[in-house]
Amino acid sequence: MQDFSIVEISKALAKKEFSSVELTQHYLDRINTHDSQLNSFITVTDELALEQAKAADERIRKGESGVLLGVPYAHKDIFCTSGVKTSCGSRMLDNFTAPYNANVTDLLNQAGAVMLGKTNMDEFAMGSSNETSFYGSVKNPWDTAYVPGGSSGGSASAVAARLAPIATGTDTGGSIRQPAALCGITGIKPSYGRVSRYGMIAFASSLDQGGSFARSSEDAAQLLQAIAGFDLRDSTSIDRPVPNFSADLDKPLKGLKIGLPKEYFAEGLDAEVEKVVQTAIKEYENLGAKVIEISLPNSKLSVPVYYVVAPAECSSNLSRYDGVRYGHRCKDPVNLDDLYFRSRGEGFGKEVKRRIMIGTYALSAGYYDAYYLKAQQIRRLISDDFTQAFKEVDVIMSPTSPSAAFKIGEKSDDPVTMYLSDIYTIAVNLAGLPGMSIPAGFVNSLPVGLQIIGSYWGEAQLLNVAHQFQQATDWHKQKPKGY
Amino acid sequence: MEWETVIGLEIHAQLATKSKIFSAASTAYGAMPNTQACAVDLGFPGVLPVLNSEAVTMATKFGLAIGAEVSKRSVFARKNYFYPDLPKGYQISQFELPIVGIGELEIELENGETKTIGITRAHLEEDAGKSMHEGLGNESGIDLNRAGTPLLEIVSEPDMRSAKEAVAYMKKIHSLVRYLEICDGNMQEGSFRCDANVSVRPKGQKEYGTRAELKNINSFRFVERAINLEVERQIELIEDGGHVAQETRLYDADKNETRSMRSKEEANDYRYFPDPDLLPVELDQAFFDSVKATLPELPDVKKHRFMKSFKLSAYDASVLTSSRELAEYFEAVLVAADNEAKLACNWVNGELAAMLNKENKDISESPVKPEMLGKMIVRIKDGTISGKGAKDCFEGMWLGEGDADEVIKKRDLKQVQDSAAIEKFVDDVIAANPKQVEQFKAGQDKLLGFFVGQVMKESKGKANPAQVNQLVKDKLK
Repeated sequence: MQDFSIVEISKALAKKEFSSVELTQHYLDRINTHDSQLNSFITVTDELALEQAKAADERIRKGESGVLLGVPYAHKDIFCTSGVKTSCGSRMLDNFTAPYNANVTDLLNQAGAVMLGKTNMDEFAMGSSNETSFYGSVKNPWDTAYVPGGSSGGSASAVAARLAPIATGTDTGGSIRQPAALCGITGIKPSYGRVSRYGMIAFASSLDQGGSFARSSEDAAQLLQAIAGFDLRDSTSIDRPVPNFSADLDKPLKGLKIGLPKEYFAEGLDAEVEKVVQTAIKEYENLGAKVIEISLPNSKLSVPVYYVVAPAECSSNLSRYDGVRYGHRCKDPVNLDDLYFRSRGEGFGKEVKRRIMIGTYALSAGYYDAYYLKAQQIRRLISDDFTQAFKEVDVIMSPTSPSAAFKIGEKSDDPVTMYLSDIYTIAVNLAGLPGMSIPAGFVNSLPVGLQIIGSYWGEAQLLNVAHQFQQATDWHKQKPKGY
Repeated sequence: MEWETVIGLEIHAQLATKSKIFSAASTAYGAMPNTQACAVDLGFPGVLPVLNSEAVTMATKFGLAIGAEVSKRSVFARKNYFYPDLPKGYQISQFELPIVGIGELEIELENGETKTIGITRAHLEEDAGKSMHEGLGNESGIDLNRAGTPLLEIVSEPDMRSAKEAVAYMKKIHSLVRYLEICDGNMQEGSFRCDANVSVRPKGQKEYGTRAELKNINSFRFVERAINLEVERQIELIEDGGHVAQETRLYDADKNETRSMRSKEEANDYRYFPDPDLLPVELDQAFFDSVKATLPELPDVKKHRFMKSFKLSAYDASVLTSSRELAEYFEAVLVAADNEAKLACNWVNGELAAMLNKENKDISESPVKPEMLGKMIVRIKDGTISGKGAKDCFEGMWLGEGDADEVIKKRDLKQVQDSAAIEKFVDDVIAANPKQVEQFKAGQDKLLGFFVGQVMKESKGKANPAQVNQLVKDKLK
């Protein structure tokens, strides 16, 4: 049952081959069996899930249809869920239950999807390994000694281990694509503005974007379809029609122009990973695509620019966690400063503090022009590089991550090395483009992801390009042993 | 040494929108604490601000009214600092690109001259909540009803040279925002408040002295007092060989003193940066034109029209146009008063203003409606009542005894204009005062007043004084 695709589940539910309650119970059982090893969930919402499943069955019985109706999903614990704890992976919000739903949560409720629980993540989405979570690190189902990637590591791990057919995620610098790659599944981050950020706890507002995880492009398209769309409550969401993301899936790739940025195949890329990616690109040539070498000359500036812009925004976004109205409050504060210092000191972990400090520094009087302003200017140049490239090519491909999954603890004491694991994904967020990662092979039995980058609002094309590859290969059908 | 005072004001006008600047919560004053604060106002995780377009329209009105350039592109920025009544840990304001650019405003000085005060900028921002320390024992309370209320911060150039000028400027802005109906101007409720930047320098010196910022002064009277106190303090300090420190000072109205709140060194680094949750505000000429079409006649234009059309003095005209309601009242009086502008002006600025002031009433609450006053003026003009009778009549109308004609009847105020009747009074008085008649005829002209007075007394004030005057003269010639 856990190997069914969403389309298969949907058909089976409609034909009453099994009920949503049965399916949901099946997944809850799997979570119960496997998640003690993986730690991919912070909260499992058994009761609520079964209630929602029951309601979905009722809707199906009344003749209602919908591709997500009755389909279980795992929800990243960054999306607010009325009545269910939303921790954002932080001690700061360990006691926090929002009295409102994120727009994404609302849309999934309307679609009749069934929430199995809230998935583990790096604290406030700051991390590339899921080691910064207050709730402990998530394990990679392909080898539990390895990280699943981050920050949406819980969602990626859960989908890879068949603990949920699909999951939500958010991506600020690669937080969907990198864990998708490291866990051997499919993940898509749409264009900035496509999915409402309302009720999605902010890390870096100008970069954060919600998206979907699934085992196939086809399923990822279904989940994205449900959560995309304009929302008046988010001024940065885009008021333009959402196309049918599945409409073009079967379009042949003959004549597709694929750009390979030479800067993404340079020093720092693991040779074995490069081989896997080149083989995947060969496959695209077999499918009729044309490969063109391109240049994104400002690529090397992506990581430094990102580590000014994202911390700057986060330093301000996280100021609201002050122990005054909700969230962690220190015991018996003696005065206001004590309340602030201890509540924030105890509530935030090391990586979050590091980024708040970097961001505060970058915005300080006397440094603003040299750091934040300069970073924003370079951000524009990085974006221009892509605009230029898309005049020549339809999509851009690269490795998602310079290496396969690394061991838990391997990089956690070296933030810069950790930051470099997002080197190929970050520029996409800085430019606001859609990006995807699909399974492309293995290195030492660990999955490797192929990144596909599209031009603005080109999600349907990305999903088509990914789907065609998945029709011709079966990397996405591989599953970790024991699940 | 002779000193010159230099003052610049930052006025916060609360915009009269129904809902907050970035949320749908109500802005109504006086609700139970925290009942008008939604998740956005409370700074909950994940919620986002959405700009209230009405606030933009109101700021645009103000910009157009002071002849400033209203920006086609303005940007909201975050002003970061920690305070318990600032829920997000930052205030959404405007920094580098405010909605209203450079403009100016003319103020009237006491000597009847006018002076132009430069306005540097005006920007939109959200208000913070309120911390409460009274009556909560060891604890402090926070009321976030006010958090997110839209403010227009109007920053002047350091163009004012005395506390009186500062007050005149503040009153002018107060009048303007109420004309534009973008702020209710209620100072008790904090809808209109002001910070003053004050410095002194030796007369003739070009450079400004070091300034102190006086915070949150919430009445015209306090502004004048606080500035004068601060000027005295600074002069005394310098003359004693000290230096004025750049600092923020708080005016304590009860103790009538200013005291230091924080020094420049303790000032926050606000780490302003563009708010990534909000798009730049982009406005076009068509929008400006549509807002312009809704602007009322502005106070200065109205004042000049009053001077020209009604032949009023600059002083009278500026008093009458100091509020839109008063000007409208006056014009309504005029319609009913057959355009007797000078009389109408005297009554509105005189007796009516005095009564309103005495009973602490607003013009809208006057029991004497403009039509009533106008009709009374007609009765003065056509000789039905004398000036003294008019005062009685006005009092009757104020007390709700009816309109002018009713009060004249009830209070028997009609002047005696029948010449024969008046002549009888005059003859009686002459007959009764032979000695004074002798003296008058001997050349004591000032006794004329005595005779007129006696006649008025006999007639119980109802004889037409002009007629009496003439008759006495004729008879005693």
